[in-house]
Amino acid sequence: MNKKTKTRTNTIAGFLGLPYEVYAVIFIVIPLIMVVWYGFTDASGHFTLSNVASIAQPSNIKALWLSVLLSVGATAVCLLLSYPLCMFLVETEKHANSFLTMMLIVPMWMNFMLRTYAWQSILEKTGIINTALTALRLPTLRMINTPGAIILGMVYNFLPFMILPIYNSLEKIDKNVINAARDLGADARQTFIRVIFPLSMPGVVSGITMVFIPALTTFVVSSLLGGGKILLIGNVIEQEFTLAYDWHVGSGLSCVLLIFIVISIVISTITDKEDA
Amino acid sequence: MTNEKVRARGWKRFYIALIFIFMYAPIFLLIIQSFNKSKSRGHWGGFTLGWYVSLFHDADVMKAFGNTILLAVISSLVAVVIGTMAVIAMSRMKMKSRQLWLAVTNVPMLNADIVTGVSLMLLFITLRIELGFGTVLLAHITFNIPYVILNILPRYRELNPHIYEAALDLGATPAQAFFKTVLPEIAPGITSGGLMAFTMSLDDFIITHFTTGAGMATLPTKIYAEVKLGIKPEMYALSAIIFVTVLFLLMMVNRVQEGSENKRKAGEEA
Repeated sequence: MNKKTKTRTNTIAGFLGLPYEVYAVIFIVIPLIMVVWYGFTDASGHFTLSNVASIAQPSNIKALWLSVLLSVGATAVCLLLSYPLCMFLVETEKHANSFLTMMLIVPMWMNFMLRTYAWQSILEKTGIINTALTALRLPTLRMINTPGAIILGMVYNFLPFMILPIYNSLEKIDKNVINAARDLGADARQTFIRVIFPLSMPGVVSGITMVFIPALTTFVVSSLLGGGKILLIGNVIEQEFTLAYDWHVGSGLSCVLLIFIVISIVISTITDKEDA
Repeated sequence: MTNEKVRARGWKRFYIALIFIFMYAPIFLLIIQSFNKSKSRGHWGGFTLGWYVSLFHDADVMKAFGNTILLAVISSLVAVVIGTMAVIAMSRMKMKSRQLWLAVTNVPMLNADIVTGVSLMLLFITLRIELGFGTVLLAHITFNIPYVILNILPRYRELNPHIYEAALDLGATPAQAFFKTVLPEIAPGITSGGLMAFTMSLDDFIITHFTTGAGMATLPTKIYAEVKLGIKPEMYALSAIIFVTVLFLLMMVNRVQEGSENKRKAGEEA
């Protein structure tokens, strides 16, 4: 192809990108700037730190702390459930892709709110588990409206986000590397600790960020399974916007969340770069 | 295989099955609930198809259903068109600007939904755009485009650029060359990206919650409003219908794709 047509093709291609570029600037970049703008100004438009500082109010800091605690717990449970699952999938199923779609996409066609709501009828006082326990003459458990129920809801909703990256990173590991480790005298445990786990780290890190951020910021799981009594930071922000109509404080608190998000993006880009 | 190995394999399958049950138990429960004569969910009052009938007479639910489907269809189609064009442009960009646009594309994926929702709400209100179907649609397109781009990009990178150039040399216009040589190769990425976008739009609550206004409801926002008073059984029936329909459609698509793939393979071998 001669140079002239090549430049022409490139110009056409450049124009094709325009709609997305305009769209992304208006609907991705500018809105984020606006959150920061609202977060650092007061109603008269003057610079202030008081919106962001409102995170230090006892009720807000308590909500943030609880969110961190529950989302760390949910992320840990997701990791512990997903890792063995992905190991088994890589070992036993040759083409686990269709399985993973079933796991990941199909449940989403049943509305996520309804699915989470269904856990109410499993966990509640007269729910399925307690009915079964009573039938077996065992004492009933108090499960609904507890932090444990919220962790369960988080695990249930975000587990697929952990499974997919871990599976991808485990599947990429060259079987010869594992065989070489075994041939050189490493036992199963050593092979796992020294070879398999380090090689799967990028998947683990990206899974952790994919679960931690939505769990940290949710307000739906906590209002469905926490009975409205357990407030997470997401609930606080949601109420600032939809009940109190205080966009400045709501944006200030969102800026605090943005700090967590930026940290997790930085961590995952660093591990990604090391991988490449 | 030794006995021990067979047993270990059994345990592994058992574990996989357990996770599967964990993921699907609530879905089965909801489908069973849609046939329950009793309105209270803890109690089985006998089998009925009544909710499936009364559903179609509930104007509010049908309106929310229509909004949800319309949103998912339009937003995923628009995202597919804009996203595919963006991939073509991005693949010809210089390294630095491509990385910049990729980073921007990653923002809605990595950002918390609540922050995305809040940020769009602030934008619409500042621009004095009335919150309603239009704003929700714009929001859905925003979070759908990245799914499309990230699904097509890997396919596009594997393309052999010389085939497109050869088509041009042989007298095809750029548009002809694109539709004849590039599009068929990236089609699977477009399908999976579009399907993912459709799914995300169908299931989204948080971003819709912040960008919607009075009088505009989707199924998720309607369910959220109903939760406190108790969900109407018609909602279970409708969700069961959607679930089974989409599942059926996907299985059809899969079958068609496998069929054409087999045909192509057979053609290559012959």
